[in-house]
Amino acid sequence: MLIRLLSHDLPRSRWLAVALVLMVVALAFAPFLFPGSKALGAAAKMLVFVLLVASYDLLLGYTGIVSFAHTMFFGIGAYGVAIASTKLAPTFGAITLGVFVALCISLVLSLVIGLFSLRVKAIFYAMITLAVAAAFQTLASQLSDLTGGEDGLTFKNPSILSPSFEPFESPMLGATIDGKFITYYLLFAAVVVLFLALLRIVNSPFGRVLQAIRENDFRAEAIGYRTVVYRTLSNVIAALFATLAGALLALWLRYTGPDTTLSFEIMLDILLIVVIGGMGTLYGAVVGSVIFVFAQNYLQDLLKLGQGALDGVPVVGALVSPDRWLLWLGVLFVLAVYHFPSGIVGRLRAAIATGRLRT
Amino acid sequence: MTVASTVRVAASATIPKAQFDWRPVLLLAVIALAALPLIGSPSTWVTLTVAGLAMGMIIFIIASGLTLVFGLMDVLNFGHGVFIALGAFIATTVMGGMTVWAGDSGAAQLLAVFSAMLVAFAAAAALGWAFERVIVRPVYGMHLKQILITMGGMIIGEELIKVIWGPAQIPLPLPDVLRGSFLLGDAAVEKYRVLATAIGLVVFAALAFTLNRTKIGLLIRAGVQDREMVESLGYRIRRLFVGVFVAGSALAGLGGVLWGLYQQIVIPQIGAQVNVLLFIVIIIGGLGSTLGCFVGALLVGLMANYTGFLAPKVALFSNIGLMVAVLLWRPQGLYPVTNR
Repeated sequence: MLIRLLSHDLPRSRWLAVALVLMVVALAFAPFLFPGSKALGAAAKMLVFVLLVASYDLLLGYTGIVSFAHTMFFGIGAYGVAIASTKLAPTFGAITLGVFVALCISLVLSLVIGLFSLRVKAIFYAMITLAVAAAFQTLASQLSDLTGGEDGLTFKNPSILSPSFEPFESPMLGATIDGKFITYYLLFAAVVVLFLALLRIVNSPFGRVLQAIRENDFRAEAIGYRTVVYRTLSNVIAALFATLAGALLALWLRYTGPDTTLSFEIMLDILLIVVIGGMGTLYGAVVGSVIFVFAQNYLQDLLKLGQGALDGVPVVGALVSPDRWLLWLGVLFVLAVYHFPSGIVGRLRAAIATGRLRT
Repeated sequence: MTVASTVRVAASATIPKAQFDWRPVLLLAVIALAALPLIGSPSTWVTLTVAGLAMGMIIFIIASGLTLVFGLMDVLNFGHGVFIALGAFIATTVMGGMTVWAGDSGAAQLLAVFSAMLVAFAAAAALGWAFERVIVRPVYGMHLKQILITMGGMIIGEELIKVIWGPAQIPLPLPDVLRGSFLLGDAAVEKYRVLATAIGLVVFAALAFTLNRTKIGLLIRAGVQDREMVESLGYRIRRLFVGVFVAGSALAGLGGVLWGLYQQIVIPQIGAQVNVLLFIVIIIGGLGSTLGCFVGALLVGLMANYTGFLAPKVALFSNIGLMVAVLLWRPQGLYPVTNR
């Protein structure tokens, strides 16, 4: 049953399996284990990023396409929920409509971009998507009547998901049951289902064709698969999943703005997570997202300690300043691309393989 | 002779002199003239055209290295923006340090500007050399990794700039001598834009001369067309490539100074912002073509200024629209390079 749910794509490494189970359990019981809004916020962000990064991995890791427009689709989803909630009413009907419209827009956009530019080289696609994403970000901040411009939109969730909704007087098992709590589990359920769906996609015959295209597109074409069609489909699927991830983020934050969804920094974050976690395996998205968001929220505290120790030294002190945590992740990213392109997951799996060889 | 025209020589072998393809250049003139009735007043048109040309020249200075590196070695450097940011930040330091010394003297202020350019040029060259060595060299021939690794280089570079200069924006005011405008009849033409255009023309002339009249230029052009053939004739194209990479980075540093002075404000993300424009320009021009890059940069500069005046809301889409239109007309760019 479990194996079927995972689409026969098992972690294939004891340590990886242990880490994954730990992470899933921690995320599943986060409201009980880690009370406090900061910890729960981090856990929710991990969930959203797992889905977002997994969908990007479908493009980068499985199909071998570099796209810089992934945040655009992420943003479309988030703005879909935000605009529907502010312009219509904060009800589930409006949100469903918003997500549906967002999905349609993402579908059309990704189809057009894909058909227009996926015929040519990977590099070309990367450049075009970079330009389109930049233009879209400007569009979002220009249409301030609709999107709230640079300030973004703050909106209300349906009453059952709003923080003021408290069905029980006393906390249960150390967790207050309120709207946030319910939203968190809504996110958790959605991410689990969508992640398993993605796992199903990459392990289907369709997913195998994508991998074949990644390894050798010329050969895939020669065997009889129309690479343009498959690449475009992969692009569209990834875009749709990213849109859903955006919608989930908007539900959690009850806010959508350019900085939380569309900015280039988010795109870089996704790239970092995919590469550090492991390209070409969806488990990399889980491991990478959890580690990255954890680092984003808590590595700064660690660096603060380091800075305290090195306060007197001028240059080194600035290097370990808590604001420069991205620098260290950047270094890790470059090292990862060189030395372990299959990321943490690939590393763990390789450790098992060499271990077997030795015995 | 240009890269594009030699391509035609290669293609048609029997004709020693190829026709120069004037149509993209004509397109420039057509766009400029078409904008005249739309804008209405000729003096505004002159101002906008000069502004567009200046912007185009600066973009060309920055983008030329990028397109040459791509043409020669099939390496697209997503981290090109780091050199721009470095140049701009060095300009803030050098010019900031020299303001007191320069005082009110116009010549001294100009000297400060030029020394900023010189320092930025040298520093970007040095950084480019290191960048090629550490970041790019191990991933030749692997497109996916190149994109990722140069992007990583850009993240690191941007963070290091924040370490040195701080994360806040730094004003980079024009020195007094470059402020104000010349008056051509009714039209006001800013002095700095004239200077930027002049520097751009000098760089273009120097590049055109090097590429078309020297042996190194011949090798570079040959390498763009067929790298293996040049290698098999006994030339070390790797060393040539390092040279081109360093020169391209240095030009980006120089362009960064100009761009910083054009914006009059410098932020660490400046490189990532300009990157988008650069990619549009080199796609329009045809990847690897220097002349195409030149025409493309001018097109983008003019379009940005005309639409910025006529319809500010859509100004930022004009470049995307331009790119789509050009690619529909010529899918390989204005001046396509063979074997790409």
